[in-house]
Amino acid sequence: MSTVTTISDTSAAFLTHFEANAGSLFGETNLRRKAAEAFAAQGIPTRRTEDYRYLNLELLLKKSFGFRTELMRIPTSDDVAKLALVENAIVLVIVNGVFVPQLSSVDNLLAGLKINTIADAVVTDQTCAAHYAKYANVNSDPFIALNTMLASGGVFIHVAKNAVIDRPVHILHIADNEVASVFQPRHLVVAETGAQIAVIESFESIGPVKSFTNALIEVAVSENAVLDHYRIQAEGPAGHLLSTVQGSCAKGSLYNTYTFSLGGAWVRNNVNKVMAQAGAEAHLYGLYLLNGSQVCDNHTIVDHAQPNCLSNELYKGVIDGKATAVFNGKIFVRPDAQKTNAYQTNKNVLLSDDASVNTKPQLEIYADDVKCSHGTSTGRIDEDALFYLRTRGIGQESARRLLIHAFAEEVVDKIKIESLRIFVEERITAFLG
Amino acid sequence: MISIKNLHASVEGKEILRGLNLEVKAGEVHAIMGPNGSGKSTLASVLAGREAYEVTAGEIKFNGKDLLGLSPEDRAREGLFLAFQYPVEIPGVSNINFLKTAISEIRTYRGLPPIEPKEFLAMVKEKQKLVELDGKLANRSVNEGFSGGEKKRNEIFQMAMLEPTLGILDETDSGLDIDALRIVANGVNKLRSAQRAFIVVTHYQRLLDYIVPDYVHVLYNGQIVKSGTKELALELEEKGYDWIKSELGEKAGV
Ligand SMILES: Nc1ncnc2c1ncn2[C@@H]1O[C@H](COP(=O)(O)OP(=O)(O)OP(=O)(O)O)[C@@H](O)[C@H]1O
Ligand SMILES: [Mg+2]
Repeated sequence: MSTVTTISDTSAAFLTHFEANAGSLFGETNLRRKAAEAFAAQGIPTRRTEDYRYLNLELLLKKSFGFRTELMRIPTSDDVAKLALVENAIVLVIVNGVFVPQLSSVDNLLAGLKINTIADAVVTDQTCAAHYAKYANVNSDPFIALNTMLASGGVFIHVAKNAVIDRPVHILHIADNEVASVFQPRHLVVAETGAQIAVIESFESIGPVKSFTNALIEVAVSENAVLDHYRIQAEGPAGHLLSTVQGSCAKGSLYNTYTFSLGGAWVRNNVNKVMAQAGAEAHLYGLYLLNGSQVCDNHTIVDHAQPNCLSNELYKGVIDGKATAVFNGKIFVRPDAQKTNAYQTNKNVLLSDDASVNTKPQLEIYADDVKCSHGTSTGRIDEDALFYLRTRGIGQESARRLLIHAFAEEVVDKIKIESLRIFVEERITAFLG
Repeated sequence: MISIKNLHASVEGKEILRGLNLEVKAGEVHAIMGPNGSGKSTLASVLAGREAYEVTAGEIKFNGKDLLGLSPEDRAREGLFLAFQYPVEIPGVSNINFLKTAISEIRTYRGLPPIEPKEFLAMVKEKQKLVELDGKLANRSVNEGFSGGEKKRNEIFQMAMLEPTLGILDETDSGLDIDALRIVANGVNKLRSAQRAFIVVTHYQRLLDYIVPDYVHVLYNGQIVKSGTKELALELEEKGYDWIKSELGEKAGV
């Protein structure tokens, strides 16, 4: 058998681009080369690639996507103000995959919080260098490899030991270009022992030009640290987003992710958490509201490598029009991970005949003293509940809205930042029309 | 108040109501009794407007309006209320919020100004007291995790909040302990007035000791086959339904 892998033109184009620009990209070229090898071995997934079968990426990317990350148009501070989601946040603006200092609020930082560009930090900051690309494995996924090979910029956020940061840090991504482009922002968050912080990532796209954002964030949550990580995905109809979260949870830590997929032509989420030390806890919440021909594909992996950890996952979706939702939740419980508690729930409401859901829980359990459960449900609006509300004088439409809102509320309720919760509530109200 | 004439209704192609007649005037309380499966809840569902029940013949006038032409919400806004035999649980929808929405939509329909939040809260407090409903229940999701008895009390609480002109109680007494039965019945009695009427579906004379009806009807095989005053309920309690069935048999010449 031949060991030569044939790679597609699109994959080859990424590799050629890398070869031509390797010298000007930040960080260690060696690391990028290894990523390039890993990418070449995997290639852009096709519809035959099991983990990506619902997304026709090859087709999307073939259509003349450039690699331009230079800022052809810098959003104004008014644009940014409109996209600010929460009060009192430290806003870090990433336009087309590159950090824009003049739009960001980094000058007035708090004690214990350090923010730098990833390009700078990976060279000058030993902590950053020590953690960078240590968690996201280039051999595990082609987009991790692609991002590691071509990352254009991003931020490094460091929270010092026992520092409790009471202002959320908001990484605001804006895709805005004059030609169809691929953007590859890359971030690293390190919360030291006992540190606490909330990080919000939002994703927006402006204008009618297609964009594909391959975002990657690595998150290291040290012993007893608490990290709330929100992602608000609200791109426009030309936005395509693949967002990877690679988290590592140390002893006694708590790492919560909240993923709200509210826009974009399609969204693919890879949320991977490794319970790397005993006694860690992680919650994964997700809500997706889809309409038209939107596709939202949530893949999560919770890897229980060590004992006495708790993971709890709740993803809910409301799907209208011809939209497609995918949920694939993997839970691994390794042989050493005794006394694991791992729970997973995925619930969907379909609002139209053409809407569809593919949900697949995958539990692989190699320890015997564990508590694991998973459940999925997909259905229509509860007609009995609808009738009950109507018999109390509530009109059919508002009864319908009340029920869907209530369905989503279970996830929205988990948001701890009031102004963010209100933002999501408003998006739900707008979605329901 | 409500006038039902020759009502025929089917569900899934099966005829359940077969020519039912009933006339209820303002201020009156009518009890409907009858064996399991005779069509009592079907009648309640048809009155409330459940779509699965198809009316194949007959007419219903409610305060002069053609009830069957109205949507379930408009029936409620016109003053009809059904206390369900099996109230549904609605996770995530708070009891109070949904009542606020209901009252505001009803008031809009009637051309009334929105209720003041203060007035609304005062009303909640007062009506909770009426059925001795725990304040905590009012803030929870509609019926979620409520005991059988709590669900029934919650139905009467909602009825008290919405102040309908016609209240239909479908076996509100089933699942209630003696004390709860008294409380619920007292609640209903306090709502009795010259402008308001009730249709009370029950299997037990017990409830009618508390909510004393003006008329008692026996529903059998989709028709009202016998009507009388409160003494009829006592007679049914004593003799069961067999004597009515045999009486019917005689009439039909079987
Ligand atoms: N949705 C439905 N689908 C099929 N059959 C139904 C439906 N609803 C009612 N029926 C049937 O109609 C008949 C009358 O039912 P209904 O619930 O009205 O009786 P009921 O008098 O209220 O009885 P009970 O005293 O037990 O509450 C029964 O035979 C029942 O099985
Ligand atoms: Mg019944």
